[in-house]
Amino acid sequence: MKKQLIELRVNGRPRELAVEPSKLLLETLRQDLQLTGSKRGCDDSSCGACTVLIDGVPMLSCTLLAASCEGQEITTVEGVSEHGALAAIQKAYGDWGGAQCGFCTPGFMMTVKHLLATTANPSEAEIREALSSNLCRCTGYSQMYQAIKAAIEAEQKGMDSLSQQVAK
Amino acid sequence: MVELRSTGKPRAAVRTWTSFMTDFSIIGKPIAMVDAAEKTTGAGKYTDDLSLPGMLIGKILHSPHPHARIKRIDTSRAQKLNDVIAVVVGADAPNPYGILPVGHDEHALAIDKVRYIGDNLACVVAVSEATAEAALELVEVEYEILPAYFDPEESMKAESNLIHDNKPHNLEKDYHHTFGDPDKGFAQSDYVTESRYLANEVTHAAMEPHSTLASFDIDSQTGQAGRLTVWSSTQVPYYLQHKLSLVLDMPMSQIRVIKPLVGGGFGGKSEVIPLEIIAAVAARKAKAPVKITYTREEVFWAHRGRPRTIIDLKTGVKNDGRITAVKARVVQDGGAYCSYGVVTILYSGALLGALYDIPNIHYDGYRVLTNKPACGAMRGHGTVNVRFAFESQLDEIAGRLQIDPAEIRRRNLLKPPCITVNGLRVQSYGLPECIDKIVERSGWKSRKGKMPKSRGLGIACSHYVSGAANSIIRSDMPHSTVNIKIDRDGGVVVYTGASEIGQGSDTMTAQVAAETLGCALSRIKIVAADTDLTPIDIGSYSSRVTFMAGNATMRAAQEVKKQIASAAAKKMNCAPEDLVFRDDSVFKQSTDHVGAGLRPAQEEQNSASVSGRVEGQILRGSLQQKRKDEGPKDSMSFEEAVVATIDFHGALTGTGSYAPPLEARGGKHKGGGVGPSPAYSYSAQVAEVSVDEDTGEVTVHKVWAAHDCGRALNPVSVEGQIIGSVWMGMGQALTEEMVWKDGLLMNPGLLEYRSPSSVESPEIEPIIVESIDPEGPFGAKECSEGSLAATIPAIANAIYDAVGIRLRESPFTPERVLAALRAKKNAKTLDMTEGVDPTAPVRLREHGGALWFKGKGPERHELDPARRTEGG
Ligand code: FES
Ligand code: FES
Repeated sequence: MKKQLIELRVNGRPRELAVEPSKLLLETLRQDLQLTGSKRGCDDSSCGACTVLIDGVPMLSCTLLAASCEGQEITTVEGVSEHGALAAIQKAYGDWGGAQCGFCTPGFMMTVKHLLATTANPSEAEIREALSSNLCRCTGYSQMYQAIKAAIEAEQKGMDSLSQQVAK
Repeated sequence: MVELRSTGKPRAAVRTWTSFMTDFSIIGKPIAMVDAAEKTTGAGKYTDDLSLPGMLIGKILHSPHPHARIKRIDTSRAQKLNDVIAVVVGADAPNPYGILPVGHDEHALAIDKVRYIGDNLACVVAVSEATAEAALELVEVEYEILPAYFDPEESMKAESNLIHDNKPHNLEKDYHHTFGDPDKGFAQSDYVTESRYLANEVTHAAMEPHSTLASFDIDSQTGQAGRLTVWSSTQVPYYLQHKLSLVLDMPMSQIRVIKPLVGGGFGGKSEVIPLEIIAAVAARKAKAPVKITYTREEVFWAHRGRPRTIIDLKTGVKNDGRITAVKARVVQDGGAYCSYGVVTILYSGALLGALYDIPNIHYDGYRVLTNKPACGAMRGHGTVNVRFAFESQLDEIAGRLQIDPAEIRRRNLLKPPCITVNGLRVQSYGLPECIDKIVERSGWKSRKGKMPKSRGLGIACSHYVSGAANSIIRSDMPHSTVNIKIDRDGGVVVYTGASEIGQGSDTMTAQVAAETLGCALSRIKIVAADTDLTPIDIGSYSSRVTFMAGNATMRAAQEVKKQIASAAAKKMNCAPEDLVFRDDSVFKQSTDHVGAGLRPAQEEQNSASVSGRVEGQILRGSLQQKRKDEGPKDSMSFEEAVVATIDFHGALTGTGSYAPPLEARGGKHKGGGVGPSPAYSYSAQVAEVSVDEDTGEVTVHKVWAAHDCGRALNPVSVEGQIIGSVWMGMGQALTEEMVWKDGLLMNPGLLEYRSPSSVESPEIEPIIVESIDPEGPFGAKECSEGSLAATIPAIANAIYDAVGIRLRESPFTPERVLAALRAKKNAKTLDMTEGVDPTAPVRLREHGGALWFKGKGPERHELDPARRTEGG
């Protein structure tokens, strides 16, 4: 199949590349852009390890054509850390045991990022429901809930200290 | 059981030691895994994330038949396809191999026969995956179909068309063990019960599909292909190196295996998986680096999971609940190759012992070959299904004798230190405390028997080895060796062959090294699992890493510590024994070392002592000056002490290794090598479930799981391992099952296999029990497998408590629960398959094979739209 020139915006940066129209976003990220953080864990869109954000919405990159994502903002796990440091959720996943083998973790990072962006104070049921799009075989998910709660707390504290500073 | 010394309350003695030893600075504290950031940022590399210049992609052609002779295999058409570089077949690597020395029955690619649907026939190497896949369609294979065996009990009757010619009756191995006098034991009992239990087949389904990248260097002297480097998703890099050497006819010294990050193993990567060898053979033929990554469906075929197991179990007890004898007949449906099978069937018998005091045991174990993917080692290897049967039966007995199910377990405790009737040495034994803890936390006494309708509580226990006392190859070679190098920069590099697979091996190593040396964790750098760089470690399986590699790490650290101590003692004018290593400094024991006083100063110094390299010499301006100025002193920073040692001794290196003590290696009987361990972990669990009597659906609300891990080196990791084990046990108990139809796996996808998602997962409360093992590193034992086995019977027993049905077949699916509920009411069983394809298996699925599977597999049902027409 003949390659086409497309332009993707990945983690805030424009990337021009030539891909077959049939190429999946996951493969384009991993093979053409060397962004190997997103993983392939299944054949049939069932595991969520490949989750990326498309305009802020979690999507399975193994189920999207790269060419169809032109003009949209793609965020991968490589775009989650902030200013060279771990984002609160990444730190919390490490501290609370949310990642064991880590293979599912990039997908969870994206799912959780979206959850936190859309739900201010998610209940445990809401967290569970959000996470059910991703599979993990190591953790039994429990420590992820703790991590998410800790990240929310850390962020709120961060916000508080920020607003305190502003008040001063 | 032989008691090793007068029992005199070993647990109390242990307590004192605990309180004395709790003063640790690194271990015992929850810390993030040392590689956590790599994982949460996506920066860490797993095998499939790697690529090399000029790398080609390999795709494997799998057998569509469960049992057939290969009459002809013609790759010429595939070969001719543009951009196909090579096609590899069995003849390219005819040497047999297998993980066990007694089971060398596999070939990289089939030579004369295929033995299961999914068996490996050929590998196409091409510049792209799409080309390789297209070429697979062009490989022509002519088969002579042979009768196939799918049921172990049928398979054992076979006289001809054997799966392996040298295995009469398709019997891989059988063992018959008698310990004590079982007949007498049963004769002495007041009550005997006997039942058949069936545990269906489950698989690891680690999130990372297997992947291997193989590449040959060109030798400078000969100008020909020389050394081979293999990056692989493995739990056992050194075994892989050995098997590669066998199959490729290359000396081990010419093969380097590197284990990148591994996305979960659970035993599925604890032996050599065909693609690992195929990739190397393909790279040799293609004369270029080759990467092969399995699809999820291929992972299911590679399998090596927990076999479907039939257990006929008989237990005799006295009226007070004391067990007098146990008899077990275990038949395992092992699949087409030996794999770890001989070990699995031995574990099933051996670990009847070491949990409770059973004076008389008779065991008949049969490992049977069938035309299905090979079963192997899976979390809780060999012990899980038998434990399900045993703990269910014990619950039944308790009910019958009207003894509280927690109490009957207490009445059968071992009295350690002791040697069980089947030769297992038990020292630390936290089971009593585990039972106490869960009884208390779950409110067992006040709630059991008073639960609302259809809701119940169940209890069960389990245990597991902290590493096998005898390695696969019986030898006196150490099981783990660790090297440590410390340089003038004060950095501590630990070289370990232990394999991090997500369980925290690298973190454990770093913690043990830092604690032993009393240095900051940030000094430790781990170099792991690279056969060129790291000393041999037999791998991450049988829950051996913390105990064995941990001990080796501790010994290596002690060796360097001794050198540092002798140098530091000279500087401080004291005896080396008077020195304490802690908080990144070395100080005299007599000094009032107050962490708070010393620490900030040390930290300042550390940041101030930036080394500058001037004319090839490392100068530490302020630091060295300071040393000169002051005379003998009471304390030194770790870095100062290191520099002093290097000044005295030159290079600062140490090595430590671990081999299990002779006393722990078990009895002399045939098969007695499997089961013994230097230490056993213990678990007790209570599950709370409810059963929907209309739909048969079981919901697990909560599991309380107490686990005796000796000592929790990193509590957050220990809890994670306990939760993960319980969760995986719950999967096997409720949903997970490999469904077969004439040797074809009907559910080779994660959703169809039903790996539980977050909404289906219960709350699990992990409770750490520390029995401080006398031989474990800082008293630690395993924590990653022992909890799994108790979950299944705890749930089964809770279901009985809820609705009064005994489920003897796992998983406890709604169909099975409903059938049992109806049987209890003497109602006719519902035929859930009425009106559907009569050839379909009991459990249904909408298509035969995953959607990706485009027809190299077996024939689909005639109504299946994905069905290919003949020859298409
Ligand atoms: S790779 Fe599994 S859902 Fe995308
Ligand atoms: S951490 Fe291993 S799959 Fe989630």
